[in-house]
Amino acid sequence: MAVIETHNLERTYQDGNQVIRAVDGIDLQIQEGEFTAIVGPSGSGKTTLLNLIGGLDKPTSGEVIIAGTPIHELSDNAMIDFRLKHIGFVFQAYNLIPVLTAAENVEFIMLLQKKSKEERRQRSHQLLEAVGLGDRLTKRPGELSGGQQQRVAVARALASRPSFVLADEPTANLDSHSTANLLDIMARLNEEEHMTFVFATHDQRVIDRAKRVVTVEDGKIKSDESLDR
Amino acid sequence: MKTLIKIAWRNIWRNKLRSLVVICSIILGIWAGIFINGFSYGLNRQRTLEAIQSNLSHIQIHDTAWSQDPNIANQLQQSASILRALEDNPQVKAFSSRMLLNGIVASANGNGGAQITGIEPATENRLTGLAEKITEGDFLADKKNKILLGKALADKLKARIGSKVVVTFTDREGVIISGAFKVAGIYRGTSSQIEQLKVYVRQQDLQKLLSENIAPHEIALLTSSLETVEPVQQELQRQFPDYTIQSWDELSPELGYADEIMGTMLYLIIGIIMLALSFGIVNTMLMAVLERRKELGMLMAVGMSKRRVFSMILLETLMLSLCGGPLGILLGFLTIWYTGSTGIDLSVFAEGLQSFGISSVIYPSIETSFYFGTGLLVVVMALLSSLYPARRALKLNPIEAIRTI
Repeated sequence: MAVIETHNLERTYQDGNQVIRAVDGIDLQIQEGEFTAIVGPSGSGKTTLLNLIGGLDKPTSGEVIIAGTPIHELSDNAMIDFRLKHIGFVFQAYNLIPVLTAAENVEFIMLLQKKSKEERRQRSHQLLEAVGLGDRLTKRPGELSGGQQQRVAVARALASRPSFVLADEPTANLDSHSTANLLDIMARLNEEEHMTFVFATHDQRVIDRAKRVVTVEDGKIKSDESLDR
Repeated sequence: MKTLIKIAWRNIWRNKLRSLVVICSIILGIWAGIFINGFSYGLNRQRTLEAIQSNLSHIQIHDTAWSQDPNIANQLQQSASILRALEDNPQVKAFSSRMLLNGIVASANGNGGAQITGIEPATENRLTGLAEKITEGDFLADKKNKILLGKALADKLKARIGSKVVVTFTDREGVIISGAFKVAGIYRGTSSQIEQLKVYVRQQDLQKLLSENIAPHEIALLTSSLETVEPVQQELQRQFPDYTIQSWDELSPELGYADEIMGTMLYLIIGIIMLALSFGIVNTMLMAVLERRKELGMLMAVGMSKRRVFSMILLETLMLSLCGGPLGILLGFLTIWYTGSTGIDLSVFAEGLQSFGISSVIYPSIETSFYFGTGLLVVVMALLSSLYPARRALKLNPIEAIRTI
């Protein structure tokens, strides 16, 4: 079943008299349980594509269908609610809430979903255990390493039980050890819990672990490779 | 909401120094506002009370014709009945009758127009405490033809204790009457105008100078409190409908207006201070929002509604203001409470103050409701100050959170 579908997706920007086609007629389907890397050089349009899939940006034309819902038709407020329920985000700069502990950061998303206190506590602990931070529950982001913070971000992205997780350059600020560790965790969650991951990256270490690599150039899909890993 | 409050509270303390500077400015601003208001209110109240105590009294009774024509002929013919009624009224604390004649007081060195006030020394002293205001010489004793002059008039006439002055006035027929008086004492009044204007002699000495018996022109009285003025006035008016019976604020409307204007002024002053403070708060919160662009964008990206983002900034501003507001109010309350009991001695400026009818020691005071009003203003100020930064937060683009490397 396709979790993400785009049909003839276009996003253009006006730069003076020039029209920039950041995403130029992309048709893409991502199935449930995929571990996909969208790759391409800087300015290729991979981040714009990720923003469109994540409902953070609106297409100039074309369709984005997430879990059967055409999200390009949603209002801003409905889109925020949709993101909360269906999409998990992992950002390059972690973007945790600095004044909350690791557990509170994970719980925060569930709080927005109005989950009970007990459910929030149980799931946040379970997820932090899963990413290897069971002993760092009460630490604030400032007290954690970059790799640990990104693992908290992964736990937070999974907290709302999303349809898929979008990760924009999640390893860009991490050293090799932390990167390997993070990718191990994500791969395990993908295999064991069948969680769909979509990365925008140009990190070869991520590309090497991806099961499908979609290469974007000049706003178009240049190649789409499924790898048997 | 609980978590939102928790986040907002912790966010305030992310930049401790900045928040403390804002909180301190709120504390100082509100404290200064309350103190200035307490001082002004105390000053005005004191001016009113002193005018009542020394000059106006709570109620004055005159013949109906007196207010149009303060002539010797317009006497209180029923003064004896009025005095008996006052004697019997438990709400009347003190009273005294006065003969009021306009005339001239002259010495060897000069002269000046004056209101010659014939008093019963004992009752007048109970009513106005005149004896305590004598700074040189003595109060009117049993000896005849003694006079009390105000300091300003005594200086003008170059009169000293024991100096002879001639008092001149006209009787009912317009016949000029003069009498020689010796200066028994010199008093300090609530203002230099009063000191220039009022001289006091015994009623019986005036009576002797006049060929006919005259009744007092004025009966002044103090009631047990400001609250009992109106009922006593109404009761007297019912008993003596032919006379004009006026309360202190009718006799001196400017004092009553001053009270009303002061009430408005107090809120105006604190409002201006709040406005100035709100600019500081807006600036701080705006900085906080702009510094956290990425974080706020991320919150919106992951699904925090605009309403919640707005509420969070609003809560942060409210908490910041509410940290300082109550402390400022408490500090203001303690200052007013302390200085209200010890007084603030302004004797250095006493000369200047006296010409306005104000004594040199000021006792700041403020009505309790003003503290609640100030508290409410702090909340309103906080809410209004939060609107602009919160609106700016809503305009942030969630993409920024993802785009920022």
